[in-house]
Amino acid sequence: MNKQLPFYLAVALLVIAGLAIATLRHNELNVPLTPGVEQTVWQVEAKIEFQAYGDPVTASLALPDQPPGFRVMSEQSASPGYGFSTIQKGGIRRGEWSIRRANGRQTLYYKVQLITDPSATPAPPEQPPVATGNSYWSEPEATAAEGLINQARETSSSPESLARELIKLLNNSESNQNAALLLAQQSTAEVLVRLLNQAGVPARISMGLQLEDARRNQGLLAVADVYTKDGWITFDPRTGDQDTPENLLLWQRGGSSLLDVLGGRRSTVSFSMLQQTVPAQDLVQSQSYESGFSRFSLYHLPLEEQGMFKILLLLPVGALVVVFMRIIVGFRTSGTFMPILIAVAFLQTSLVPGLISFLSIVAVGLLLRGYLSRLNLLLVARIATLIILVIFITSFMALLGYELGISSGMTVTFFPMVIIAWTIERMSILWEEEGAQEVLIQGFGSLFVAVLAFSAMQWRYISHLSFNFPELHLIILAMVLLMGQYKGYRLSELRRFRFLAKD
Amino acid sequence: MWVKPSFLRHHGLLGMNRRNVQYINAYNSRDLYPLVDDKLKTKLLAVEYDIATPTLRQVVRAQHEISHFRDRVKDLPGFAIKPSKGSGGKGITVIERQDGDSFFKPSGSAVSIDHLSRHLSNILSGLYSLGGKTDVAIIEDLIVNDPDFAKLSHQGVPDIRIIVFRGYPVMAMLRLATQASDGKANLHQGAIGVGLDLSTGQGLHAVQYSKRVRNHPDTGLALLEIQIPDWFEMLRLAARCYDMTGLGYIGADLVVDKHRGPLLLELNARPGLAIQVANGVGLRPRLEHIEKLPRVKERAVDRVKYAMDVFSDPHYLPRPLAPVAGPTSTKRVG
Repeated sequence: MNKQLPFYLAVALLVIAGLAIATLRHNELNVPLTPGVEQTVWQVEAKIEFQAYGDPVTASLALPDQPPGFRVMSEQSASPGYGFSTIQKGGIRRGEWSIRRANGRQTLYYKVQLITDPSATPAPPEQPPVATGNSYWSEPEATAAEGLINQARETSSSPESLARELIKLLNNSESNQNAALLLAQQSTAEVLVRLLNQAGVPARISMGLQLEDARRNQGLLAVADVYTKDGWITFDPRTGDQDTPENLLLWQRGGSSLLDVLGGRRSTVSFSMLQQTVPAQDLVQSQSYESGFSRFSLYHLPLEEQGMFKILLLLPVGALVVVFMRIIVGFRTSGTFMPILIAVAFLQTSLVPGLISFLSIVAVGLLLRGYLSRLNLLLVARIATLIILVIFITSFMALLGYELGISSGMTVTFFPMVIIAWTIERMSILWEEEGAQEVLIQGFGSLFVAVLAFSAMQWRYISHLSFNFPELHLIILAMVLLMGQYKGYRLSELRRFRFLAKD
Repeated sequence: MWVKPSFLRHHGLLGMNRRNVQYINAYNSRDLYPLVDDKLKTKLLAVEYDIATPTLRQVVRAQHEISHFRDRVKDLPGFAIKPSKGSGGKGITVIERQDGDSFFKPSGSAVSIDHLSRHLSNILSGLYSLGGKTDVAIIEDLIVNDPDFAKLSHQGVPDIRIIVFRGYPVMAMLRLATQASDGKANLHQGAIGVGLDLSTGQGLHAVQYSKRVRNHPDTGLALLEIQIPDWFEMLRLAARCYDMTGLGYIGADLVVDKHRGPLLLELNARPGLAIQVANGVGLRPRLEHIEKLPRVKERAVDRVKYAMDVFSDPHYLPRPLAPVAGPTSTKRVG
């Protein structure tokens, strides 16, 4: 047993490594574990319009920067003749369009794709912001503000509860004179932020976009950001809801203006949006991370090669099935790994057409081979003849299928011709030497194992996992290694030796 | 109907997987395989070690040599054509006698020289060889059936398979062709397997299609009364194949020639497990006994004596046949 210990350790290591890498890949890159997981992608388009005078124009738009609840997947700008760049200015990301000369009505577009990701949170600010202190109120307003703050303070204990209490008071402006006075000139969000700042709680106005599928010409809503020990928390000043409501995209956070246009007037921004559900897999595919780990993702390969690897990475699954069927069950097949090749062909043809094609090619091939044996050919020439004949048969079947309107007749070309020719030859010899029964046993053994391997390979979970988590092949390897050490009886032997149980 | 694995384990049945891992892989060094996979090599080696084999008459190595084949077999009464790298008896053609242009198989059917030429050509192309490698055809003398032996088999030459482990013979069986097996000695095709008592060379247990039988279905011969002549010599011949090849786990196929006595027909580095069915008892206890021996005796005779002595112990033998046996039948069951 001691001698075996390193072996079992190695096997355990392979399993652990496979699982660990797969888990990492799942967690780090969000590769879904099951196929068909869909994710919501929002396409949001900001349209800027203004009138240019004929002078140099610079238009600067605040852009979403790590909005909570979303991940920016990609962004583009479409604006003929303008130069575009995104810049970080004072911790705020802005997009800047510029042009030497523009005249008349101008339209600029900025498009961003966002994935909903509940776990996405913005980075906390490097140093806690400071409340801006006293606001410029007019005399009666200052008194009203003072009153509101005192009233709210009495029933609150933290910045969050203070904000909530203030929102309650402001929303009851009919019964509260102070609130009514303040709200006469300004919006609720503005008043709230000013009151909070005055009370010593850092707060600011953020602009959010209510995401709704297929809406056009939407404007931004003002919400209040209140700084607490957990970072910036968003409050909806209309309802007092804490945290970002679902589908509220915080477009612009903190201070500065949403849009500045130099060299133009009557500028407006409007937003339109579109909701899409995209298979999560495609997202992984389209996101090209440059981090080290994701470099091992096969999605970095050109599409054509990806297609090849998709099939190549299924082969170990087929091999596992064959190993299991031979070592544990004890199935007889003609040619050790021929079932895998047939199974791969089935993957391309789909099962029933594949089976029909395979059986008819081999049957016709066997008939022709019977005639060939009378010609007295050398073996190599005979196999070569068979290959040519097999190609004829397939072409004929493709044509026949086409005429009958079954396009799958064409796909028989995926069968490995040379291997089929050899199979026909060996089966024919087997027929002569051991009789038809052995041919049927081995032939159907191969087909049965091929169908099993095919079923495993085309099972969508397996095809998903084998391509997206290639490291899981380490587990297959471990299983094959373990089975290679299996010394127990095969299932077929429990039948084969059954006569020993009785006389 | 199935049996439980525990039953097989209890009776010491060796399974295919264990055979492959624990015996073939462990005791047969890969580089020695060509010695037995290539019958020509085995034959030349056997001559070197003074182990009797059927006389080699001709080797056909290239397609153009096939044309000379006819002239060179003209004077032979009978002969066998074998692919040198064939396995499991595939591609072996036996010609019993020739008359003009006709060659007669043991079954009596005639084949033409063209048929034989094509067969030779197939052999050279590697049709019967493992992995399809190109091969050579060897033509050797026909075995002349010993009269004592001729009466055992329906047709063809009965052969004896002896499993030799670390140079010790551990199990033996006699294979008899029947009508059902069409003159072939393959158990799965209906030939009879008779397990032999290692110490005496006498029939112990017999099966056809894995079912226990008492009599030969075609000749009615009482199978358990069979006594192999020259038994000690046969075991010694088999045991010496270990010295000759160095392979720890082999199956030696032997025949008895009327004139020359026991001959080595071929060696197999992956002998099958049907021998256990023929013997009605598993191989494992015997293999494990030999495996525990600290040292292999140097002389083949000593090993044979040891095996004869040890394996006559009832512990290693099959249960005796039930007093009333069912009627023997040639019909395939199951």
